[in-house]
Amino acid sequence: MIPKLKKQQIMDLLSSGRRIDGRELEDLRSVEIKCQCVKNAEGSAEVRLGKTLAIAGVKTSIGTPFADTPNTGVMIVNAEFLPIASPTFEPGPPDENAIELARVIDRGLRRAEMIDLKQLCIVPGKAVWEIWIDIHALNHDGNLMDASALAAVTAILMAEIPKAVVNEKGEVTIDKSEKQKLPIKNIPITVTIAKIGDKLVVDPNLDEEEVSDAFLTATFVNDKVCAIQKRGEKGLTMEETMKALQMARQKARELLKIVKGVVGSE
Amino acid sequence: MPIYVKDWDLVVPGEVLAEGDYVAGPYVYKEGNKLLATTIGIVESKRGVIRVVPLQGPYIPKVGDVVIGIVIDYLPTAYVLDINSSYKAILQATEVLPFQKNALAEDLSKYLDVGDVVICKIVRFDKYSDVVVSCKGRELGKVVDGRLIKVSPAKIPRLIGRKGSMINLIKKETGCKIVIGQNGFIWIKGKDPGSEVLAEKVIRKIAEEAHVSGLTQRVQLMLQLEKGVDV
Amino acid sequence: MIRPDGRRLDGRRPDEIRELKIKIGILENADGSAYVEQGNTKIYAAVYGPREVHPRHLALPNRAIIRCRYHMTPFAVEERKSPAPTRREIELSKVIREALTPAIIVEHFPFSAIDVFIEVINADGSTRCASIIAASVALASAGIPMRDLVAACSVGKINGVLVLDVTDIEDKYGEVDMPFAMMPNKNEITLLQLDGVLSLEEIEKAISMATKACKEIYEKQKSALKEKYIELRKAVEESAKT
Repeated sequence: MIPKLKKQQIMDLLSSGRRIDGRELEDLRSVEIKCQCVKNAEGSAEVRLGKTLAIAGVKTSIGTPFADTPNTGVMIVNAEFLPIASPTFEPGPPDENAIELARVIDRGLRRAEMIDLKQLCIVPGKAVWEIWIDIHALNHDGNLMDASALAAVTAILMAEIPKAVVNEKGEVTIDKSEKQKLPIKNIPITVTIAKIGDKLVVDPNLDEEEVSDAFLTATFVNDKVCAIQKRGEKGLTMEETMKALQMARQKARELLKIVKGVVGSE
Repeated sequence: MPIYVKDWDLVVPGEVLAEGDYVAGPYVYKEGNKLLATTIGIVESKRGVIRVVPLQGPYIPKVGDVVIGIVIDYLPTAYVLDINSSYKAILQATEVLPFQKNALAEDLSKYLDVGDVVICKIVRFDKYSDVVVSCKGRELGKVVDGRLIKVSPAKIPRLIGRKGSMINLIKKETGCKIVIGQNGFIWIKGKDPGSEVLAEKVIRKIAEEAHVSGLTQRVQLMLQLEKGVDV
Repeated sequence: MIRPDGRRLDGRRPDEIRELKIKIGILENADGSAYVEQGNTKIYAAVYGPREVHPRHLALPNRAIIRCRYHMTPFAVEERKSPAPTRREIELSKVIREALTPAIIVEHFPFSAIDVFIEVINADGSTRCASIIAASVALASAGIPMRDLVAACSVGKINGVLVLDVTDIEDKYGEVDMPFAMMPNKNEITLLQLDGVLSLEEIEKAISMATKACKEIYEKQKSALKEKYIELRKAVEESAKT
């Protein structure tokens, strides 16, 4: 339970344009991205957004394609909110929040066509690359969504997958000596805006999340929106929605620059 | 100051009833300048206060209400009653035990058993704890015969009528003893099963037609017709 | 999928929603219930509550908790779906709950639960919107105090054209699926998702289209709720004349 005093403090500060951690309404927390920190994963990234920490790993394997898309690779996104990250998380299979987060990030990646899945076909109709993206929350101090999305996107950009070799008999073997990056078409960036009272804030921390009325998460690609998820138990007016999307788009441009900077320098 | 509805109009949640200086009565809320309904019900507007009389809805316990409960469980020194609400009612065993008997030493089921029907009064409820009831008093206590029927708690005010006029009419014409629980349970005891059946029929008619004006005349007519058939 | 005359596969214009049928009170054990048909999408919704919360530790001391279970029957879709809850059903249960909760005055019932159950018996697109239409009237018919009803409608994009109330085929082969729900009198959006690419301008247009449709749908929800009372009133007044 968040003490009433804290909620009052947050609301009072907001009405004078400041937030409880000193940020302005449209400020992101500090962003730190560590790339390829996991040797055994094909791709990995750890993202620190303020005190929130999330790690994403990309693993690849060879599998059979879906029947309705026989020449297309497969991408699966999973997220775990484990007790390590917060006293409020319980052990067990992903709960509705973890499932929602994974599905929102999945939609963002898929609709942005970040990975060109059509280039991941090995033997048409029989063998394709499976790209497994696993996200683990390590410390929850608010906005796991954006931290996780950033980690997933960076891990995918950095991932190096081995080569698949098909012999005359049609058998597939993996050649680990030759590595290549995943075929990337676009880079989606996810930004969450929280509504507290009648104010909209970017990248809510945990205290702010606990007093928020609603959240709007939007994933941007080339300045357009490819995924939206409204969360929370209150509503938003159309004006608030459009304003939030505009704020988010601005932040997405900033984050994209940061990601490109980090990945480019690797 | 426009008012968009008149008495006896049927409204649903969110319907805008009026705009301006009106006062929001029960089941109405004010947002900015508008008054909106919060439940499915009938509009009643008097002296600038607009309220909605609900046609459906759960029972919300209130201190002083007479309620009829069914024993469902025991605690070390009390009974737990189902009162047709999301809140359970607690009846202290001392209310039912003879004087000087120690509740902890007694077998509580000797006095009230699971399944017993008890007419009681709410003595304490503050939304944060279970309801506390008492069955000490006239017309309160365990009932052993008659029948128990259940109607939507929203219909109870209509069943009772202005200053009890409706329920007294039914009691008089059917010759039945009737206790109405605010929680939707009604206990009927007649001189014969026939009068109990008639009382139940009338009660159900009132519950179904609560939203149609002229109910009192229809009920009087029904009672006369039914009794005419009986004679 | 858009014909040369501008109409869709089923003959509808882009801004036309499917025929909507709403019946209240068909599940008698529930405190409130509704059956909705929107084209071939068929949904049952039932509301139980406010009632005691089990397990107890989930109860909140100052308000009711809302629980929602969106579930599809195995035979609701073309290829049989396992009855076990899928990740999609778990996500949809959450978004539907969050679409309805803003409308419910939960502060009236501390320590209680209001349970909403939704069974999709035939799915032909926009099931979460039809579910919200059904659940919202089920809640109102149970007499649960609400600030407003919740109406819902999806927006799609086919061949570059924004369309309302997508069917399954339009969802599968279209470019966009944007489920939307709102409280029509308060003008507040309670469900907004997007799966597909839209510019901010298109999103604004889509929200306007969906808002207009929701206000139409609200009128149908209102009539459905009042129907049985009005018919009874007519019957009583008729027999009083004789």
